[in-house]
Amino acid sequence: MSTMVATNKRSFGSVLWDYLTTVDHKKIAILYLVAGGFFFIVGGLEAMAIRWQLVTPMNDFVSAGLYNELITMHGTKMIFLAAMPLIFAFMNAVVPLQIGARDVAFPFLNSLGFWLFLFGGIMLNVGWITGGAADAGWTAYAPLSTTSPGEGVDYYVLGLQISGAGTLIGGINFLVTIVNMRAPGMTYMRMPLFTWTAFVASALILFAFPALTVGLFLMMFDRLFGSGFFDPNMGGNSVIWQHLFWIFGHPEVYILALPAFGIFSEIIATFSRKRLFGYSAMVFATVLIGFLGFMVWAHHMFTVGMGPAANSIFAVATMAIAIPTGIKIFNWLFTLWGGNIQINTAMLWSLGFIPTFTLGGMTGVMVAAASADYQFHDSYFVVAHFHYVIVGGVVFALFAATHYWWPKMFGKILNETLGKITFWFFFIGFHMTFFIQHFLGLMGMPRRYWVYKEGQGLDLGNAISTAGAFLMAIGTIVLLYNVIITSVKGEKVGGDPWGARTLEWAIPSPPPFYNFKQLPLVRGLDPLWIEKTEGRDGMTPAEPIGDIHMPNNSFLPFIMSLGFFIAGFGFIYQKYDLAWLSLVFIGMGIALGSMLMRSVKDDLGYHIHKEDLVKEAKE
Amino acid sequence: MSEHDVLNPKEMPLNPEKATLEGKNKFIGFWFFLGGETVLFASLFGTYLALNGSTNGGSSSQELFGLELVFIMTMLLLTSSLTSVYAMYHMKNNDFKKMQIWLGITVALGLGFLGFEIYEFYHYIHHYEFTLRSSAFGSAFYTLVGFHGGHVVFGLSWIIALMIRNAKRGLNLYNAPKFYIASLYWHFIDVVWVFIFTVVYLMGVL
Repeated sequence: MSTMVATNKRSFGSVLWDYLTTVDHKKIAILYLVAGGFFFIVGGLEAMAIRWQLVTPMNDFVSAGLYNELITMHGTKMIFLAAMPLIFAFMNAVVPLQIGARDVAFPFLNSLGFWLFLFGGIMLNVGWITGGAADAGWTAYAPLSTTSPGEGVDYYVLGLQISGAGTLIGGINFLVTIVNMRAPGMTYMRMPLFTWTAFVASALILFAFPALTVGLFLMMFDRLFGSGFFDPNMGGNSVIWQHLFWIFGHPEVYILALPAFGIFSEIIATFSRKRLFGYSAMVFATVLIGFLGFMVWAHHMFTVGMGPAANSIFAVATMAIAIPTGIKIFNWLFTLWGGNIQINTAMLWSLGFIPTFTLGGMTGVMVAAASADYQFHDSYFVVAHFHYVIVGGVVFALFAATHYWWPKMFGKILNETLGKITFWFFFIGFHMTFFIQHFLGLMGMPRRYWVYKEGQGLDLGNAISTAGAFLMAIGTIVLLYNVIITSVKGEKVGGDPWGARTLEWAIPSPPPFYNFKQLPLVRGLDPLWIEKTEGRDGMTPAEPIGDIHMPNNSFLPFIMSLGFFIAGFGFIYQKYDLAWLSLVFIGMGIALGSMLMRSVKDDLGYHIHKEDLVKEAKE
Repeated sequence: MSEHDVLNPKEMPLNPEKATLEGKNKFIGFWFFLGGETVLFASLFGTYLALNGSTNGGSSSQELFGLELVFIMTMLLLTSSLTSVYAMYHMKNNDFKKMQIWLGITVALGLGFLGFEIYEFYHYIHHYEFTLRSSAFGSAFYTLVGFHGGHVVFGLSWIIALMIRNAKRGLNLYNAPKFYIASLYWHFIDVVWVFIFTVVYLMGVL
């Protein structure tokens, strides 16, 4: 194929077209990384505005209304548009390589999932420029959300609907990839832990997101078509939204946290030069957390008035999750124990994660105690708790993964000195910002209020918290600088810069677009490490060199997502003027038309020929 | 061997829908998708059960529902599921013509179901003023049953598109998985209807 030798400089237009149409999981990973990173920075700026508003009592940096929009968009953006896609970035970049596959099961759907996420993410933010973003909190409880004026919450509903569809598609894709595409010898109990956690997280996506889909549809009908699901005046019940939201929302926490656990498991094993301690217990704990994750949603609703029986059941189920999570914490510690530990940036994040996440887990058990939760509920104690879990668990993992897999994705190691500077600024800043918030909450500071009064003992704590936020911002800026400086000046590295254990390090960095010239023969857990200990350079191939079947690029996923995006505007604005329904027809026409086109037009892919592979090897 | 020869073997395998890796992926991926769809409908059923008594002073399910019409609709849809099984039987025997005929009957039965459903909705709206906006019960009813109806429309369009697209070239290993998962989808729609028939209509007239 001619694309194989096209290593010379290409024009901007051709690179852009390549990324718009790509179905290669490694390029889609980069798209997720860039888009997720962008939303992470925007969400971070919103967080800075929130902290600046709270730096002194009765501050007037932002108005009450704008403050509501800031907290809503910060939460929604960080969960759906930053954490999820960044997790997807690493799942895309790594999982197919770790199981020895040439691509995901559905390359076309992989691309569709990304473009749906991106257009949904843009839609969510359109409210900022049309006169008000969503302002009902990231949980969008009815009736606050159903009665919120303007189109902010409509953008929230439609944006999440579109990007949620993309996430669901991505989840199914990874499930099938891991079930069907593993290399010869890669049994389930030989899969690296990151692949395992990606697998369980994908299953959680599959069974959790449809509940959000329904919740969003009901809210859309209530807001735009006059139905009465959440409106007591029509016999509706606003608590239904809370149930649907949290049936999705609690598994969502594990959708984020489990891959984070997987990332740390890879990094800690690699840099301790030891096999992961208690591998099978780790797998068991992962599956158990995934299962229990569905049993606990109502612990977000202890104060709704479900009664002592329901509260007790959900409290006990919630506390039970501490057991498999504790198994994991101890297994990481035992992996470190007696290991030949090398401390670099990825490892620093992992070591910082263990105590930080343990703190978040501990406050988790505290808020799980239903009677005590009446005191904690809607206070800064809860804000501190979930930031310890989501930042201390997920964001630390994303930073760690960025450093660990950057050489695999881009062929260069991120600068270690700058990396360590980022770590220390962010780590210290994080604890400064959020540790004190536990006490602010216990002293009675409620969440989501835009001001607090002087002389209530909240001034110093809030000032410290804001100062910490600035340290985190500095850390993030250093990381951005690191990315730029590494891209410009960094030295190229080989396939296995860390002396690692799993399959992705057995091929060049960045990998060729077909990943494995010959599928590897997997002979145990940590397959590359096994080969190395037996004195071999790389993997033993499981097949002779032969033709490789590859999928064709396609522009349809972009067009399809654009169609839904256009239809979204029609759905929103038809509430003012039915003429806007024309946009619904145009948008849905584009989307359904491209689906029809995808169905009727054969897409057989192409082959890389054996002779070309041999010739390439000689060059 | 070119792609054409691979996908058009001289002798079709026993399970043409699972003979290629793409086919296997589609097969298992679609089962996963149906798992997600199950949660989707479970959420809608849960919402319906929470709101089916909230009539807001309007018509109740006892006043609205008549089992005669719904019985006919149920029979149409159940039969269409059976005929789609026949279609898949002929697909596995590599008898494309008979498969098309049975798929055609499936589509006809599905269209019949859809016609009755449209009539039913029309009837409720014009004779009882029972709409999406009249009560929370109305919202829940039209959303649950309407989502199912939407699935029927999508499933019919899907099967028709496949029938027309492949009418001339017959069966091969590329389109066999497509026919197969479309029929899986059709079965799923049927299963959901069984639950709607029970939860909405049977429990509604009691």
